[in-house]
Amino acid sequence: MDYMCAKRVSIVDSERCVGCQLCMFACTRRLGYGGLGLSAILVKSTGGIERGLTVIVCRACPSPPCQKVCPTGALTAREGGGVRLNPDKCIGCGHCRDACPFGAIFWNYELNKPIVCLYCGYCVNYCPYKILAFEEVGK
Amino acid sequence: MYGKVLHIDLSRKRSWVDDESELFINRIGGVGVGIKLLEEELPKGVDPLDPENVIVFTVGPLTGLYPMASKTIALFKSPLTGNLGESHAGGRSAIAIKSAGYEAIVVKGASETPIYVAVHGEKVFFRDASGLWGVGSSLTVGRVIREREPGAGIRSIMRIGVAGEKLVRYACVTTETYRHFGRLGLGAVFGSKKLKALVVSGAGVIQVKDVKLYRTLYDEIFNATTRTAIMRKYHDIGTSMNVSPLNEIGGLPTRNLKEAKFEGAEKISGDFLAENYLGRRVACSHCPVACIHLAALREPYEDEPYFYKTTMISYDYELIYALGSLLGISNTEGMLRLFHEVEVLGTDAISTGVLLAWMTEVFEKGLISETETAGLKPKWGDWKTYLKSMRFLVEQPTEFYRDLSMGVAYASNKYGGSDYALSFGGNEMPGYHTGPVAHIGFLTGARHSHLDSAGYSLDQKLLKEDRKPSVEEVVDYLLEEEAWRQILSSLVVCFFARGIYSPTLVVDALKSVGYEFSPTELAKLGLDILRDKNRFKLREGFRIGDLKPAKRIYETASPLGCIDDEFIGKAVNLFYARMGI
Repeated sequence: MDYMCAKRVSIVDSERCVGCQLCMFACTRRLGYGGLGLSAILVKSTGGIERGLTVIVCRACPSPPCQKVCPTGALTAREGGGVRLNPDKCIGCGHCRDACPFGAIFWNYELNKPIVCLYCGYCVNYCPYKILAFEEVGK
Repeated sequence: MYGKVLHIDLSRKRSWVDDESELFINRIGGVGVGIKLLEEELPKGVDPLDPENVIVFTVGPLTGLYPMASKTIALFKSPLTGNLGESHAGGRSAIAIKSAGYEAIVVKGASETPIYVAVHGEKVFFRDASGLWGVGSSLTVGRVIREREPGAGIRSIMRIGVAGEKLVRYACVTTETYRHFGRLGLGAVFGSKKLKALVVSGAGVIQVKDVKLYRTLYDEIFNATTRTAIMRKYHDIGTSMNVSPLNEIGGLPTRNLKEAKFEGAEKISGDFLAENYLGRRVACSHCPVACIHLAALREPYEDEPYFYKTTMISYDYELIYALGSLLGISNTEGMLRLFHEVEVLGTDAISTGVLLAWMTEVFEKGLISETETAGLKPKWGDWKTYLKSMRFLVEQPTEFYRDLSMGVAYASNKYGGSDYALSFGGNEMPGYHTGPVAHIGFLTGARHSHLDSAGYSLDQKLLKEDRKPSVEEVVDYLLEEEAWRQILSSLVVCFFARGIYSPTLVVDALKSVGYEFSPTELAKLGLDILRDKNRFKLREGFRIGDLKPAKRIYETASPLGCIDDEFIGKAVNLFYARMGI
């Protein structure tokens, strides 16, 4: 992939987020299911709703720590930033999840494998308050 | 499998799962299923605060799939009315229950010592809550449990404040800080079971029968919600938008409904609050509307200069009515402090306001003195005294406050002042004195709430058209509305989204998850559910003849003129006759 074309979901202004979680629902729906169980984006409060909300999603690090600790090569660096997961190689050790400082690697407990952002930008279409943007890495 | 019911027995500290899929297929979910489970599980005639009282939480087939299908229905026996208790709350409660893998949670029995229950998917934990019992603020309780339990962002923490522990009959259960199972005293039922909180989280996914239809329909609902004007009222100013128009027409209950127009309405109106205090907007999970409006109240510390605290306080129309105009309060910040205090204590805001208004009037008329009020002199508009009385309502320092904790109907039977004790079927009055239809709705609604059948809406239509309705028109309207709302609360769609979820859309949405219902079948089922609720009420001792509204509603003119008690009586009788129970 061309470096300039690598896109990611970026957080424009989490202070404006209302916590509707439509981005989270979109993420699981993209895969053909309802609910939130496969979502690679999380909206949670910063210590109670009275203190506001925060949005957690893969920032597509140029040098991803999750990939560095993967012992089986299941996570490979995506050109331009971020990672790709090959589930067949993954043994579910969870090192990637521990290595991400943002907590942006989520977990599929049924498969015991990580849930990693696909950088598709589907969630952005459903954010009613322009908290999210789908843009080139580094912007 | 659709129809998994988690049973939690607090006496034996045991839990198990039942398959009720057939019941869910026939009765959709939510209240339709809940009333059947309650009927089955609750021993007839049981005292609401007895361990044998049962709490049924239910969600529906659209929960987690479509926007605004985000309510949880709680059914129980109400300690306030001694009959059917039904409360709805949003927050993240519904999606959490669904993601944990359940369509219903049934709580029964009582613990001997304070506990809270944490449900994380299949696992159920009974945790000691002795240390949390008696903690002064329900906000602190939320904070502590948040730190101790997993599932940030995908969990619901339903908890009670001190009011629930003290068995105040109108105590609420709070979830996600600002949403409530507010009415009819679920908090006291939690308290009687020594249940401080119920935490639910899960990471399950929901299978969809027809993915393509699902996504198409989803976009249709999403676009209708975000790109049309249907939800604008709730979106922009929020429910507090009602204050000014209701005041202008003379339908805003003021000073215990001695009047229906408030000279201080501007300072407590939605526009004023938005302009001067609105600090943040919040939504329930899966709702793009974000009707939850939080005021940012900045207060100085009196003992130290340059020290301030800023509190985020949720406001809605019903709070402004009950703790604003009904108490003659036009001091905006004083009113916001009262809102915060109900949140801290965990009582239902409407009942609290009605009780304080009645207390002010009996004090004014000399039926009680400072001996009863523990030295307080309640006075219209005096928010500082109300702030203290709210605490007394919960702490109950005198017999008078103990009686108040039973609700306004009980208290007025003992101390007098029944003529202006604003209650309907034992439930304190909501904020609409729009005309006869609202009051007929409060009387006939299965939970005696404005949300049962929205009579205020027909009143306002009649006012615009400048005409008087017939008894038949009123009854037909209320019955049809209340029956349809049984379908919405079986799907667990928020009533605010009723303009989006039309019968045809509901049919399609149900189809996408594998249900075949025609609009006619839905209408029939709605009526059946309503009948079931009313049959349950009869079983538990409800008598139509006991429904006597306070004289005050006839004395204070409504926008449609003085309300005629004969008209009300006829409509109530016809309503029950038409419903056919």
